[in-house]
Amino acid sequence: MKLRYVLLAAAALVATPFAAQATPDDDLQHYREFFMKKFPGVPLEEFANGVYAIDATARENWEAIEEFPPYEPDVEAGKVLFETPFKNGKGYASCFPNDGIGVAQNYPMWDREKGRVVTLELAVNECREANGEKALKPFKGEIAQVLAYMAYTSRGNITNVEIPKDDPRALEAYESGKHFYFARRGQLNFSCAHCHFDNAGQLLRSDRLSPALGHTTHWPVYRAKWNELGTLDRRFKGCNEQVRAKALENQSEEYRNLEYFLAHMSNGIPLNGPGARK
Amino acid sequence: MTVHNKLLSAVLLLSTVAALPAMAADEKKDASDPLAEGKAIAFDRGRGNCLACHTIADGQSPGTIGPPLIVMKQRYPDKAKLRAQIWDATVANPRTPMPPFGRHEILTEAEIDKVVEYIWSL
Ligand code: HEC
Ligand code: HEC
Repeated sequence: MKLRYVLLAAAALVATPFAAQATPDDDLQHYREFFMKKFPGVPLEEFANGVYAIDATARENWEAIEEFPPYEPDVEAGKVLFETPFKNGKGYASCFPNDGIGVAQNYPMWDREKGRVVTLELAVNECREANGEKALKPFKGEIAQVLAYMAYTSRGNITNVEIPKDDPRALEAYESGKHFYFARRGQLNFSCAHCHFDNAGQLLRSDRLSPALGHTTHWPVYRAKWNELGTLDRRFKGCNEQVRAKALENQSEEYRNLEYFLAHMSNGIPLNGPGARK
Repeated sequence: MTVHNKLLSAVLLLSTVAALPAMAADEKKDASDPLAEGKAIAFDRGRGNCLACHTIADGQSPGTIGPPLIVMKQRYPDKAKLRAQIWDATVANPRTPMPPFGRHEILTEAEIDKVVEYIWSL
């Protein structure tokens, strides 16, 4: 009986507090204002630090952890992976602008030719496949390490996700990600926005809810709960499952569009990945 | 309802109970005290988990998303209204984050009755 709701992604849309005809630029401005008003005194770049931007007690623990960053070995392993040539002699550098160094701020990116959103994770795996290598397994391990290194070389670069105005399909992808964010789903009937917009800053039992603004700036993340590094899709999956909704496939069109929407909202915020979280 | 249907729902019910042994044990233990039973359901993270959002009596580490559940009898003289709020909070407020415990079958009707008794006693 309960299964019905687990399988059902309830489509009931939570009315967004913002104009229906808003462009991505309008959204960016409105969301930023919404959160800066909700958390007065928190500078824009601080939102890259998630819940630690708004919770002084949690922040103290986190700062202590950041003194010996738990993700450091992964960044080093990622560098080795990134620099080791494929069997054909080429490497990741050949697939990216600037040899893949300091480029994470431009992802997700609109792929005009194929008419789809390309996340950094997808670009990494497609680079492998184009060079005769197998895609890396999702969520953790080597994919997370390669992404950690690429994030590390992009630290301080400003999130710059573009939704080209001359390709309506790009706007459609953005809108579908936005719809996903505000739609109720799962037996427990939550939208992402219920927790990370309306109730950001509140306690859900003993977890303080972080604001959506800045949610994409620091991936992959070393989570104490995972005891290892994990990707953004791993977090999407977890947040879907905790409301008893069925998680979607890693790098599915829905998750890529979701990331496109969510990352665009953080335009203007510097990257500081990889991150450490509870 | 045909005999066949009755049998089928009995089987379904049995298998639901079998799949949730912890819950069955809880219910047995508290069967003598409906208020205690309602409280157990309300506090259980896997069932009501009302503490995720509400301060309730002596419940540990409550969330802050919903209002504290206090002086309920005065605020809900009509117990049916309280039940309706718990059964489907989206009726009163379409934007509410509170899960629709009855409409989405998160709790059974019998469990909701017990939770209502407990909350009404606060
Ligand atoms: C029932 C509440 C709830 C819902 C619904 C929910 N989340 Fe979360 N989310 C949490 C909690 C709790 C955490 C951990 C604490 C924090 O950082 O907010 C979290 C963390 C996150 C993080 C990591 C934040 C960081 O700083 O690293 C991301 C990203 C995220 N959620 C995205 C989503 C998305 C996307 C959805 C919808 C598909 C969603 N969440 C739905 C409760 C929720
Ligand atoms: C995810 C958050 C959440 C959970 C879980 C939750 N509630 Fe609520 N509840 C709320 C919010 C928020 C309100 C405020 C009214 C609204 O949103 O419409 C509310 C309102 C109420 C009210 C009306 C209070 C008043 O002052 O009129 C009652 C009664 C109530 N909840 C009982 C419960 C019970 C019982 C449970 C568990 C079985 C529960 N709630 C679980 C969020 C929650």
